[in-house]
Amino acid sequence: MSRSGRIAIVLGLLACAVFMIVWVAMNFVGSEPGTVSYLTAQAPGAPVHLVMQTDGVVGTGAHPTWVSYRIQTPKTHVFVHTALVELPANSMIDVTIYQFDSGSPLRNQFFGRVTGTIGQVAKLNGKTFKVLNSYDTPNGQGVGHTFTVPSLNINVPLEGNNTSKPTFCTKGPCSPVTQEHTTTTFAFRTPSFSGNFRFQCFIPCGAGHYAGNAGPMQTLGYMGGFLEVRA
Amino acid sequence: MSDDIESQGWTRAPAGPTAGTGARREPHHFRRLFAMWFVVSLAGDLVWWFVVGPHVPPGTMTTQARGAQFDFNVLFLASWVVVSGVCIYLGYAFYQWRASRGGPDPVGGPAASSNVRVQTIWITTTTLIVIAAFIFGTVQLILPQGAGGGEGPDPIWKPTSDKVLPIQVIAQQWKFTYRYPTFGGMETSTLVIPADTWIAFHVTSIDVIHDFWAYQLGVKADANPDVDDVAYVHTSGQLGSFTVRCDELCGIWHGAMFDYGKVVTKTQFMAWGSRTERANADNTKYLPPFAWTYVPTANTTTGVTADTSGQAPYSRIEKYGATPAKKTVTSPKTTSSTFTTT
Ligand SMILES: [Cu+2]
Ligand SMILES: [Cu+2]
Repeated sequence: MSRSGRIAIVLGLLACAVFMIVWVAMNFVGSEPGTVSYLTAQAPGAPVHLVMQTDGVVGTGAHPTWVSYRIQTPKTHVFVHTALVELPANSMIDVTIYQFDSGSPLRNQFFGRVTGTIGQVAKLNGKTFKVLNSYDTPNGQGVGHTFTVPSLNINVPLEGNNTSKPTFCTKGPCSPVTQEHTTTTFAFRTPSFSGNFRFQCFIPCGAGHYAGNAGPMQTLGYMGGFLEVRA
Repeated sequence: MSDDIESQGWTRAPAGPTAGTGARREPHHFRRLFAMWFVVSLAGDLVWWFVVGPHVPPGTMTTQARGAQFDFNVLFLASWVVVSGVCIYLGYAFYQWRASRGGPDPVGGPAASSNVRVQTIWITTTTLIVIAAFIFGTVQLILPQGAGGGEGPDPIWKPTSDKVLPIQVIAQQWKFTYRYPTFGGMETSTLVIPADTWIAFHVTSIDVIHDFWAYQLGVKADANPDVDDVAYVHTSGQLGSFTVRCDELCGIWHGAMFDYGKVVTKTQFMAWGSRTERANADNTKYLPPFAWTYVPTANTTTGVTADTSGQAPYSRIEKYGATPAKKTVTSPKTTSSTFTTT
């Protein structure tokens, strides 16, 4: 082969490699979910009111059929499809989670116990509880998801909903005003230092994936994200 | 002297313009090299053994960790002897037998000829060192009592003590939890263990493959679903915290799958155990009966997919809403694992 022919092949392969690297990088960058910031939502020192929801079907994005957390923006009150939230350090966080998904058994009943919150309790529809077990939940609907931050030892199980109700939300974002849901509230204090604290659901809820463990359970912004605590 | 090492060329200066004239007396290279090597390797080994060695990971929190530390140190001492020998020879050769500008080729002539005696010594010594390291490493890998490694469900090397504290390590995406069968089967987030005690870690998983690596304890055991992987350690008197890491790539939060355990005194441990057992009682009653393994897929969004015969499902119900099915539960094997403080 001629010299120029060989150079052309090398350059062609190089161009392909560069294209593929850029393409993967762009996809990776583009797939990063957005972050909802609660840093300036309240006056410094005042409790932060963090509002989230869990949808059985998120309705948007690259995997619209997947289950996902959503986080409400503090000012415009829109439930954004993400699981990245910025919180101020050393602050009281009052959390409200609207749970719209159906329930299932916990894989590990250990996660039926509330830990790491103020008073080691949470409230389900206004009623204080310590343990929410998938086999005797108040409404008999099992546990939908959990909100668990392992490094802060926070764990709160969220009760499921009855899928046969006409107002059952089949596609997110779901409305806490018009649609069937359970409301879980609890409070915790953020650490005094900055850091990203992983939170995730401990019920393998990736329906359609082997043992429920893949898909949304393994993808940032669906059933897992970060509390980004900033000092 | 014709078969002396020095006269065989390997330590002799290249035949140069001066070599043949006898104007320069050839120094005794071998003696010089040996002296340098002896001093450097001995000094290095002494410094390592007495200064660095006691701080080498994984430390001395358990007999098994101390054993691993000893192994690392022994292997270091042996390799330092070899490394210093090679480096000193290399440096010496670079300096002593470097080419001079305009001089002859320093690697030609008798200096480049082979020497059967040197080659035999070299091959024999290195072979013996490697075989010795292999035997040492293999033996140390299993002694004593499995050296902190997971030995599978039926360990060959068991502690002779009849006071062994059993602790079950349950790996799941993405957190370790711990069950204490001798404390009513309670499950905890934190691993607390008593000092000066034989401990049997029963490592299992309720989803994918993980690996329990309690670094300072010198314990590493695979966590497989449906497998009871047993690793023994004997804690020393050293109190304090240790790191637990998952050491098998297990998904998106694998890197975040770690926590810190604690070694406390026996009295503190018993107090913690009974306190936690009481505090957790309201949730412990929902856990499945204690078993050595659990069915990971007993109750998921995809339902039962595994052969569940003879095993406890992790949750006490297979499908939400159904009456909990009666299962033949493998009762914990009767071992001598009764634990009491002395
Ligand atoms: Cu979930
Ligand atoms: Cu893991």
